[in-house]
Amino acid sequence: MANILHLHQVGKVYRSGNRDLKVLDDVNFSVEAGSTLSIVGPSGSGKTTLLGLCAGLDRASSGQVELNGIGLNQLNEDELASVRNRYIGFIFQNFQLMPTLTALENVMVPLELRGEKNVRSRALDLLDKVGLADRGHHYPTQLSGGEQQRVSLARAFSNQPQILFADEPTGNLDAETGVKVEKLLFDLNKESGTTLILVTHNLELAAKTQRIIRIKGGKILSDTLTS
Amino acid sequence: MNNKINFAWLVTMAWRDSRRNYSRLLLFVSSIVLGIAALVAIYSLGYNLQQNIDTQAASLLGADLELSDNTPPSPKMTHLVDSLKGQQSKELSFASMIYFPKNSGTRLAQIRALEGDFPYYGELETEPASAGKTFRNKKEVLVDQTLMLQYQANVGDSLKVGEVTFLIAGILKKAPGQTGIAATVAPSVYIPLSYLKQTNLAQKGSRITYRYYFKFAPKVNMPLLVKKIEPTVEAEDYNYRTVESQKEDTGRSFRDLTRFLSLVGFIALLLGCVGVASAIHIYIKEKLNSIAILRCLGVKASQAFLIYLIQISGIGLIGSLLGAGLGAVIQQFLPAVLKDFLPFELATELSFSAIGQGVVLGVIISNLFALLSLVSIRKVSPLNVLRASYEQTTITKDPLKWLVYALILLFVFGFTWLQMKKWTDAVAFTGGVTMAFLLLLGMASLLMWLVRRFFPSSWGYLGRQGLANLYRPNNQTAILMVSIGLGTMFICTLLFVQNLLLARIKLSTDGDQPNMVLFDIQTPQKAPVIALLKQQNLPVLQSVPIVTMRLDELNGQTSVEALKDTTNKRWRGLFSREYRVTFRDSLISTEKIVKGKWIGEAKDPAAPVPISLEDGYAERNTIKVGDTLTFNVQGTMLTTVVASLRDVDWAGVQTNFLVLFPKGVLEDAPQFHVFLTHVPNNQVSAKFQQSVVQQFPNISMIDLGLILTVLDDISTKIGFVIRFMAGFSILTGLIVLIASVLISKYQRIQESVLLRTLGASRRQILVITALEYFFLGTLAAATGVLLAVGGGWALARFSFETDFNPQFLPVLVVFLVVPAITVFIGLINSWGILSRSPLEVLRQDV
Repeated sequence: MANILHLHQVGKVYRSGNRDLKVLDDVNFSVEAGSTLSIVGPSGSGKTTLLGLCAGLDRASSGQVELNGIGLNQLNEDELASVRNRYIGFIFQNFQLMPTLTALENVMVPLELRGEKNVRSRALDLLDKVGLADRGHHYPTQLSGGEQQRVSLARAFSNQPQILFADEPTGNLDAETGVKVEKLLFDLNKESGTTLILVTHNLELAAKTQRIIRIKGGKILSDTLTS
Repeated sequence: MNNKINFAWLVTMAWRDSRRNYSRLLLFVSSIVLGIAALVAIYSLGYNLQQNIDTQAASLLGADLELSDNTPPSPKMTHLVDSLKGQQSKELSFASMIYFPKNSGTRLAQIRALEGDFPYYGELETEPASAGKTFRNKKEVLVDQTLMLQYQANVGDSLKVGEVTFLIAGILKKAPGQTGIAATVAPSVYIPLSYLKQTNLAQKGSRITYRYYFKFAPKVNMPLLVKKIEPTVEAEDYNYRTVESQKEDTGRSFRDLTRFLSLVGFIALLLGCVGVASAIHIYIKEKLNSIAILRCLGVKASQAFLIYLIQISGIGLIGSLLGAGLGAVIQQFLPAVLKDFLPFELATELSFSAIGQGVVLGVIISNLFALLSLVSIRKVSPLNVLRASYEQTTITKDPLKWLVYALILLFVFGFTWLQMKKWTDAVAFTGGVTMAFLLLLGMASLLMWLVRRFFPSSWGYLGRQGLANLYRPNNQTAILMVSIGLGTMFICTLLFVQNLLLARIKLSTDGDQPNMVLFDIQTPQKAPVIALLKQQNLPVLQSVPIVTMRLDELNGQTSVEALKDTTNKRWRGLFSREYRVTFRDSLISTEKIVKGKWIGEAKDPAAPVPISLEDGYAERNTIKVGDTLTFNVQGTMLTTVVASLRDVDWAGVQTNFLVLFPKGVLEDAPQFHVFLTHVPNNQVSAKFQQSVVQQFPNISMIDLGLILTVLDDISTKIGFVIRFMAGFSILTGLIVLIASVLISKYQRIQESVLLRTLGASRRQILVITALEYFFLGTLAAATGVLLAVGGGWALARFSFETDFNPQFLPVLVVFLVVPAITVFIGLINSWGILSRSPLEVLRQDV
């Protein structure tokens, strides 16, 4: 299978006061389309930064990030936005729903951005899949944490992304709800054949993906396949 | 993404995003409602004034043509007047004392001796109505209603004018073109012209204005007629007015008024815009996360920017429409506010062009000020969804912001220039407003720095928390300092200026300063008047001889030649005016030589007479030391040379002159005299005036007490108009204050809820809030007062050239009331948070 994501000698340096802070150093890996992968590591290890670079939210200080054959470093901000809309889906630890939009509208936004038709009915179908068909008119503050993350899942899959980035998707949920959301995430992923990249502390969750990359101090410690 | 769908989607998103923020967005925009209302009301007023002037111009003049001058008509002029067909009226007017025998009241009035059926358009509005027509053929007068009220006179009473006692036939309520203010300054008394001679007031040296009114048949072509008579009229130094020129003159003066008022309204709008800018700044800061989410989902930076620009434009439009609606209502009341300044009944109607202008202005200016924050949206990184810490680096200094600042300045300048039509005035206004804003912002920054630097760590927790709120993130210090400070400065400056004006006049009433002027004293009357003064123990503080003359030639050029010379920029009135000149051998205390040399005595009868001119007058007419002026002194030509230029202080009761002759030239010329005296009180003044009026009816007197009353009256009326307009700014300041406090409520919710959760009592949170607003209100008010003191001092020193002794009691009241209102509004707004449970607040408001 072809690689959907390829990182070659990627580094990231932040300027903090008068000194440079090296957050990522010489990171190299590729991800096959349709596979699932976890990036694990302690706090401050650089995993969220890595996610940001892979998803085109930030630019590498050195090296190359290629997504679906497109070199992200060469793109300007608007081209990156277009790539995100066409190929990428996101799930965040703190859900990141637009507070001023209803659940249904939150799911509709990526589709509307692509100028697609029948947006409303497709968004309603997705909400139905995550079990929230009757909550479409509710605002995020009127939903529980688990419900908000399910809306977030519906939104992430709405534009039929080729790759999905999930940053601690169950980190803000209780164990029971977390398990439900996990199941939904993997089921939807399997159904749509999307590549899934998870960033997490949770080794139990990581073990459910096909491959685990361990990272510490901005460097890859190990890159292993799970049984 | 299809562009058509794109824009529609952006509008949809703008609408979706605004739904949960309606109340907040409306609050932002409420700041500009009053400013727009003020401008729309004033624009409508301007439109209505122009409409009314167009329809009422004939009745403003009362005739088709008016010829006037303050010299009797020459045979040539008399011939011209006689040759004009149509109906004619003649009026001789002058200032003179009148005397009410019923209660011995005396007062200076404008006597109008009328012959003919003037006015031909409009009417002399009188009570009874018939009196305006019937008095002309009898020994009767019409007396202005302010005089009738002042002296409690009734129709049927007597009034002595000069040596004739008339019957009061009616109360004069309105004459063509006369305003309420004009009636206050110089109330009119109409007498039949046929009795003027008997009054014995029209003597040589009396300052009489001659007016001829004409009504022509409708078929007469007025522009052609004017063209025909113009050469003679101008050669004779007469002035002419037609309905058309009256329209232009009245239109011009009211355009000036509406321009001034619209600038006052514009200040209210600018103040409101500061509120908008601050509110949008906080709004966008709160939206950073939503913008970052949108960016993650693939929204371009420009699209995110447009979503909020559309949202703000929509809200700006709603605010402007609300303002325009309110303005349309307010304009119905403006005629009542301005009634004393209007020479006609003002009918009001809705002006759609005024409403259109107001709405466009509102949308543009609210967007411009909102842009200051909106441009930051372009810089919001999608990474914000992962790391909140990125927030600080996203709103960075941006060159586009400077462009927006430049656009705002350009807009303010452009708007001001459109109102004033003078770029220097527009620069001064824009500079002044910018300075005031910068000073207040500077004070706010200084305050925050000082509080941080000298933080009172020993204070109790509540005090420290309240004080620390002044500089902590999301503080409202800058915006509240600007809005409260400007409002306070506005009110206090108004108070100071009003005091300055009155104090300056009152200064002259103190001590032995002259406070009464007697003028038109003929030479034979000089000795008996001095005797009368002595008899009543009143001093002659100054006795000034006055000789009237006209300028015939300037550096060998006559008035006719000067008018033909197109390169000549000199004022036409230089030749047409009558000069009232005195002569003496020394300067008085109000004069100072600034150029040339003062020569007190003309020793060589063959040489030109060395005279002194007032420097401002010389400068306006480009006359220099060494220029020769030939005066016509009642038939005798007198060549003079400008030996010196004097700076003259015109303030106070003094006789000051544009042209001053030395001793030894005019002593034998026909002349009259002016005396200055000091009357200790109103009783002595009344008694003395009665004696003078009875013995010397031609002598007029100005009592400073009267001037004070009149000026007080005028300043009250002007003050009312200014206060009415300033009210918009002050109310806007209050709205901005309420809006800022409400916005800060959103900032403080998390904190208050956290404090409540940690166990803080309602009282403790209220005390913290009250202290924060108390510090802010007090410091902003203090800054405003200080700036007003600075401004008042500068006005006193440079504009009024007097000492600055402000009355501090009213300022103290303002200083106490402003913080009290600030604290009150702050507490009212916090009450909502405190009366609900922390969880409820977090779920609903955050």
